[in-house]
Amino acid sequence: MKRSGAQIIWETLQREGVDVLFGYIGAATLPAYDALLDYPIRHVMVRHEQGAAHMADGYARASGKVGVAMATSGPGATNLVTGIATAMLDSSPIVCITGQVLEHLLGTDAFQEVDMTGITLPITKHNYLVTSASDLGPALREAFYIARSGRPGPVLVDVSKSAITETIDWEPDTSPVNLPGYRPDLRAMPEEFRHAVDLINEAERPVILAGQGVIFSGASQTLLDFVKRTNIPVAMTLLGLGGFPASHPLNLGMMGMHGEAWVNEAIQDADLLLAFGMRFDDRVTGKLNTYAPKARKIHIDIDPAEINKIVKVDVGIVGDLRETLAFLLPQIEPRKHEEWNKHIRNLRGDSAVRDIRYLPDDGHLYAAHVINDLWHYTEGQAVIVTDVGQHQMWTAQYYRHEHPRHLITSGGLGTMGFGLPAAIGAKFARPNAEVWLIAGDGGFQMTAAELATAAQEGIKVNVAIINNGYLGMVRQWQEFFYDHRYSATPMRSPDFVKVAEAHGLTGLRCETRSEVETVVQQARKTEGTVVIDFRVEKEDAVYPMVPAGAALNEMIRRPLAVELPIG
Amino acid sequence: MLHKFIVYVEDKPGVLNRVSSLLRRRSYNIESLAVGHTDKAGVSRMTFTVDTDELTSFRIEANLYKLVNVLRVERITDEPAVERELTLIKVRANDQSRPSILQIVDVFRGRVVDVANESLIVELTGTQDKIEGMLEMLRTHGIVEMVRTGTIVMGRGPDAPAISPEFVQARVPEESTAR
Repeated sequence: MKRSGAQIIWETLQREGVDVLFGYIGAATLPAYDALLDYPIRHVMVRHEQGAAHMADGYARASGKVGVAMATSGPGATNLVTGIATAMLDSSPIVCITGQVLEHLLGTDAFQEVDMTGITLPITKHNYLVTSASDLGPALREAFYIARSGRPGPVLVDVSKSAITETIDWEPDTSPVNLPGYRPDLRAMPEEFRHAVDLINEAERPVILAGQGVIFSGASQTLLDFVKRTNIPVAMTLLGLGGFPASHPLNLGMMGMHGEAWVNEAIQDADLLLAFGMRFDDRVTGKLNTYAPKARKIHIDIDPAEINKIVKVDVGIVGDLRETLAFLLPQIEPRKHEEWNKHIRNLRGDSAVRDIRYLPDDGHLYAAHVINDLWHYTEGQAVIVTDVGQHQMWTAQYYRHEHPRHLITSGGLGTMGFGLPAAIGAKFARPNAEVWLIAGDGGFQMTAAELATAAQEGIKVNVAIINNGYLGMVRQWQEFFYDHRYSATPMRSPDFVKVAEAHGLTGLRCETRSEVETVVQQARKTEGTVVIDFRVEKEDAVYPMVPAGAALNEMIRRPLAVELPIG
Repeated sequence: MLHKFIVYVEDKPGVLNRVSSLLRRRSYNIESLAVGHTDKAGVSRMTFTVDTDELTSFRIEANLYKLVNVLRVERITDEPAVERELTLIKVRANDQSRPSILQIVDVFRGRVVDVANESLIVELTGTQDKIEGMLEMLRTHGIVEMVRTGTIVMGRGPDAPAISPEFVQARVPEESTAR
């Protein structure tokens, strides 16, 4: 049958199961958008292409499916870059389709021409430049396959206008994708498993480090079975949160720079670390040569390049985590680890007195209280999206994450401005879920224009702005390490209630703890997107904190609860 | 130490860029690089040398496998192999110096491929060491210009590496206590 390149794009996307994409039209993509009207694919018009990439990312993380973003050539395409890098660092499966100038103009500095495959080479899992309609179908099919298989990641397909407008004889290809150099299904050698089983059976003080790989491979239930048999406590990475239920007695919580003290101390005391689908980020390990000095290490990851990248391990197993754990489990002896778990419980008890949650209401509004109350009133069931900064760490600590794909946050790249568009994308993925964005006043304003997208699309996300009038995390570093010199961190923001109202949305304000329940419940009941301006304590800090370059157990601890408030 | 890699890649635009970009990002300097077709259609073979430690060389190997167009990586640093590089050297030469230059070329089993009034061009094939050795000798006569192809390497014995291996083992350092 006769098909234009434009039609091939949409038919291939349909075959890949795409029913929504996020984008912004332009000259190079105009003919593609013209054909889109004939296909049952919803297009969400963003206000800036960065938002499109983050929406596709939020959609992907909330659904487990591939998210799609589209932008025109030149500036439209370069605006995607931050979103693509964010998806790369957090292994999020997205496909970005960018327009490109006509084939004969490539390399001539034509209007709105930019070398997009060159720019995105180091921030994509793979990318394509397509100059003819006959290459479009294969490139797009491969892009979806590469994005979602193995260790997921972003793939960019840069499509010349020549390919979009060309008409060819075309039949959809249903044969398996043929990529001879791409091996997403690597497996380990049998002896690696034997070594792992021996180390696990011998261990007296083991700790599991659960990362996002648990969520990607759907290994949550297998991990529960593993812990039931072995009684090994589980520490979580930021992106791993939700992969193992927070309510489980052996869930220690988040590790690392802002991990709870007992978690980091347990890791430093451990004689065996079981790293499951995580990558020993510097925010997780602290100073490397003092990291878990007594522990042997087993690392299971789908990506062979992660094994021994940062931390030298004793056993490295390459493969799908769920399959690997299921294979290991029957070979491992059941254990109780009573003494070790009791030791950790005691560490935990010592920390409880410092917990800000137990601070009585002193008339000040603390972010930790807001987030903990939000957890309470949403019964822990909401899909939580965060931006980047203090509120993000408080959300990791004080919203108790029970289910996989219920926390969506920019971990690796730490992209401020990620939150609002990612929340919109998540809502498209899970229209029946209650979606809350928790954002700082700084990050929210970076992509606040997407409120207009939410309004135009009639999408409901609840936005909790943790407004402290500072770029809070940087201010905290200035307080701790730069002698309270607040350079470029104080921030005067617009009236967020009026901003919401200007978009035809609902704005609420909350200044005391007693009002938190009212505004949260009102937001849940209100139709359409609601923005709540939580005016929180200005100079609060995230504790504990491992200073950059310090050992994991050299934490700045939270002052005792009775000594609060700070500032 | 110098680590040598043979990399089979799909013969597609931009593949060399992907490989070199991977090394550039981690600021590894490529000491030598040679690329060309293989006997198999659509498959090119790269040989490159990087000066780095063993753990990093494992990482390079693993990261190369992450590239979709990379079919096979062989880290042949420790394998018995035949190693060759081709070089052309233009040397200043007059009637007085020409005989001694020809003598040097003869000792290194090079060939003179062009002679002019004031210069001559020497062709030499061999290992890097051999080429360095002759260069050292010719330098006193004055080198006008030089070009080297980069080292190519082939493992000894009857077998060739399979272009698409079945599975890849995660590399674990020798001193692992689990062994």
